Amino acid sequence: MEEKRKEGKDEMEQDVYVLAVESSCDETAAAVIRNGREILSNVISSQIALHTLYGGVVPELASRKHIENINPVIEQALSDAGKTLDEIDAIGVTYGPGLVGALLVGVAEAKAIAYAKKKPLIGVHHIEGHVCANLLEHPDLKPPFLCLIVSGGHTHLAIMKDYGEFEILGRTRDDAAGEAFDKVARAIGLGYPGGPKIEKAAREGDPKAIDFPRGKIDGSPYDFTFSGMKSAVLNYLNQAAMMKKEVNPNDVAASFQQAVIDVLVDRAMTAARDLHQDKLVLAGGVAANGALREALAAACKKRKIEFYHPSPILCTDNAAMIGAAAYYHYMKGERAGWDLNAVPGLKLAE
Amino acid sequence: MSKILGIESSSLVASVAILDGDTITAEYTVNHKKTHSQTLLPMLDEIVRMTEQNLEDLDAIAVSGGPGSFTGLRIGSATAKGLGLALEKPLIHVPTLDAMAYNLYGCGERICPIMDARRGQVYTGIYRFEDNTFRTLKEDCAIALEELLEELAAAQEPVVFLGDGVPVGREKIAARLGSLARFAPAQMNRQRAASVAALGAVMYAEGKTETAAAHAPEYLRMSQAERERKAKGLPVSAEENQG
Repeated sequence: MEEKRKEGKDEMEQDVYVLAVESSCDETAAAVIRNGREILSNVISSQIALHTLYGGVVPELASRKHIENINPVIEQALSDAGKTLDEIDAIGVTYGPGLVGALLVGVAEAKAIAYAKKKPLIGVHHIEGHVCANLLEHPDLKPPFLCLIVSGGHTHLAIMKDYGEFEILGRTRDDAAGEAFDKVARAIGLGYPGGPKIEKAAREGDPKAIDFPRGKIDGSPYDFTFSGMKSAVLNYLNQAAMMKKEVNPNDVAASFQQAVIDVLVDRAMTAARDLHQDKLVLAGGVAANGALREALAAACKKRKIEFYHPSPILCTDNAAMIGAAAYYHYMKGERAGWDLNAVPGLKLAE
Repeated sequence: MSKILGIESSSLVASVAILDGDTITAEYTVNHKKTHSQTLLPMLDEIVRMTEQNLEDLDAIAVSGGPGSFTGLRIGSATAKGLGLALEKPLIHVPTLDAMAYNLYGCGERICPIMDARRGQVYTGIYRFEDNTFRTLKEDCAIALEELLEELAAAQEPVVFLGDGVPVGREKIAARLGSLARFAPAQMNRQRAASVAALGAVMYAEGKTETAAAHAPEYLRMSQAERERKAKGLPVSAEENQG
């Protein structure tokens, strides 16, 4: 008995190293993570210059770039971490949601590496990864907590009940918040990528200049809708053009951004109040938006809610967050098979 | 004598094979549904276990490098690149159409693999074994089947066709070439990893390898977005845009 306990303890104390791979959209990324919490390396090869040329992500080109970049990115992540593949305990990979052709590159590559080195393989949900980015920067953060996930493809309000276990409270019924940012940015001539460009323009504009609608879904207090807001911006621009009225794009950006922020803050605070949550975690690409972070921080402070968000580098797509998520699945004994496939429309906890 | 793993996933066919010297130790070929992401690695695992292989013993990994289905090629490519990275083995980029023609080793006639490339085109090339040497008469390319048939008709020589472009173009081929056209039988009329590995071994002996990091498929065709920009005379890559 004594002997056994000792063995178990040694096992517990052994460090676990996860190599993670992410290729769901336009970043080829790899990272090495210790014990799910510590970043040993975090390599991201961005394709943004290429896709900017096309005014948005071109799936086929993204996939082609992933194939070119993936081995050097993984090799760099291992060498930055000072680890060889033999020292890695498990391989984690994003298998959805995302662009199918892009996902497939990372999935096929990670599977082959895990297979050749006889390492356990963990399939990771991209959005769960975004949430887990917070675990890398806040050592004391533990579930359960409320999370607001906002990106180019997703707008979710959820509770992370335990590591890897989510309960979805609400989601967008139409456009994702980040998608609305991209569309409005295009309409006011700011171009791609919309998020950072809107935020920059908004700093020079008046958020109260135009009253864009804050859409609600009747009977679903935690769901989102952004298409009405987006249409209102487009209508405003069209009407101004017809009347030959000059438009201040900074005011449009600021007013639109404020409308999005108001909706996100409102839903998050409603859920926190209703469900007695004292921790709010912000995740996803739009978490990089400074105005959103400030608004959520202020609202949380007022209600004595602990507010967590990742630093900008961990808001964008990266593999460190995938490694953090993979670690907890690995510790639970979950393993993916060699038939792991990319699932572009993978759902979170449904 | 070399030991080569062959990987083929450029079309509907998924296939893996292990070549040891002059023996195919195992080959697993499926021509069913396009689910290569789910089938390719389990198929490899199956033959490795059944024939008690140690992947560390491989000299190189030969992969069917294109043209073909963009996604299919990348699944094979990423699999080969991952294996190469993990095992620290070189890759051999075997052109898909060359490997297909190699199915018909020693055939005296012209060999013409055709793959359905959609948009009214086929991926094709023309090959022949001359004096026991494998020669390329026409480099792999994407052209209209009609254009290929004109070229073949002008040569006035018998041609053996194979590939998934045959069922689609059979009537046109027969109408244009008549008795000059022959069609390879079922055991050799599609891609197979054994041919990729066997031609890969020849290339390996000639030193034609590349690193796993450097390998990328040869698509023989730009993406639609690139074609549209090029048609407008606009730069198609970030590098070109800067230069």
